[in-house]
Amino acid sequence: MAGSYQSGDIDSASEARAQRFNAGTSELERLEMDLLLLAIYRHHGFDFRSYAPASLHRRIRKHMESAHVTTISRLTELILHEPTALQRLLHDLSVNVTAMFRDPSFFAEFRKSVVPLLRTYPTVRIWHAGCSTGEEVYAMSILLEEEGLYDRCRIYATDMDSTVLDHARQGIFPVSRMKEYTANYFLGGGKRSLSDYFTAKYDGALFAPRLAKNVLFTQHNLAMDRGFSEFNVIVCRNVLIYFDRALKDHTLGLFAESFATLGVLCLGRKESLRFTAFEDDFSALSARERIYRRNK
Amino acid sequence: MIARYNLVVMGTSTGGLHALTRLLSGLPANFPLPIAIVQHRSRDSDERLSLLLGGASLVPVYEAEDKQPLQSPGVYLGPPDYHLLIELDSVALSTEEPVAYSRPSIDVLFESAAYSRGSGVIGVLLTGANQDGTRGLQRIKERGGYVIVQNPDSAESAFMPKHAVKNLLPDRVLNLEQIAAELITRASEARPT
Repeated sequence: MAGSYQSGDIDSASEARAQRFNAGTSELERLEMDLLLLAIYRHHGFDFRSYAPASLHRRIRKHMESAHVTTISRLTELILHEPTALQRLLHDLSVNVTAMFRDPSFFAEFRKSVVPLLRTYPTVRIWHAGCSTGEEVYAMSILLEEEGLYDRCRIYATDMDSTVLDHARQGIFPVSRMKEYTANYFLGGGKRSLSDYFTAKYDGALFAPRLAKNVLFTQHNLAMDRGFSEFNVIVCRNVLIYFDRALKDHTLGLFAESFATLGVLCLGRKESLRFTAFEDDFSALSARERIYRRNK
Repeated sequence: MIARYNLVVMGTSTGGLHALTRLLSGLPANFPLPIAIVQHRSRDSDERLSLLLGGASLVPVYEAEDKQPLQSPGVYLGPPDYHLLIELDSVALSTEEPVAYSRPSIDVLFESAAYSRGSGVIGVLLTGANQDGTRGLQRIKERGGYVIVQNPDSAESAFMPKHAVKNLLPDRVLNLEQIAAELITRASEARPT
């Protein structure tokens, strides 16, 4: 648990703000929610206490509906006494919605402004933080292969949820999504045909194992674990939106420690370094596509 | 005086551009409550919507960024392919599954507003051709907020406001041109002591 981000058990500042806004969540619900998150953390070691509350609470309520649990306290009891309850909750709490080449213009821009930088390095280390089921990692492997860079790349793809990593290692994605991905792939500057990279069987598209050859899928929790070292590129798209400001800053600090000189940071389309402590440490390579380069 | 309300959330689908343009142009530049809006839009829609609304509105219009502080005067528009949610003092975005084929979803915005701002919320549902928004308005009502639904007869597409009126009791059902005036009145109301 070294390097773990510490948040207070009860956040008095947010309590004060809640009162100022005459908040809709009752005192009792907030207490129950705090106790649930504390139980998950103390009993199982997963720290959700610094997640952005609006979407976290929404996922907890959805989980309660599907698990037919009527109060948050009842869910806490299950988490503490029912061995299988946690795994189901964790699965519902992590957002595993992803796609290949989501925001194609990001991939087009990556080819244009990041690839030339990477060509100047003999080896390239990439960290894909919060990779979920791996679609975006395979997309990046395809891009790097087409740019002739893949062989010199070492890609660390991490997620806190081990079940999605098992999925990612297999490299099988629904055939039903391939039409959408093919369109994205072309818009993102794809040079061949996406179907060159997968074999369709039944309703699954199996991607070529060579695309995972230089990828290490490994469990890592941004809220609790330490960083790695010397990355040239860190890709973390649509992950920090699920963290509160303090944890977002903490994670950006983790990235700052994990960069090689002049590392490149890629965020999601509506995420930025504005309103964070790291605004002045990076310059935009493409402000529109949220691609930043460290100043040192 | 402490204002009774501290946030306006609006949702609309088919016909929304026209309705929002007219509604926003009726608000003064110093409208005191932040306004968060979900207009159904396709995944690859560009920023033309926020530019068009910004051109019609005296209140500044932003395409919402994650964790952007909610300030007034200000209109925060849900970006394509993200849900728009309300935290205590900022907006938040999410890439969770579409709800009833929609991302952004009106229900997601309204429900999160109800949970984080409770009786401080004014919810406004305008023209549209699906059922999104009704469930969210119910949450706003349950938590003591104020609910305005566009009069279905005055809506370009009546289905969405009609569905709401059928399933809950709004505080006001108004023609489009009356909604801005109603918002100005409600925004100046004091919290009962």
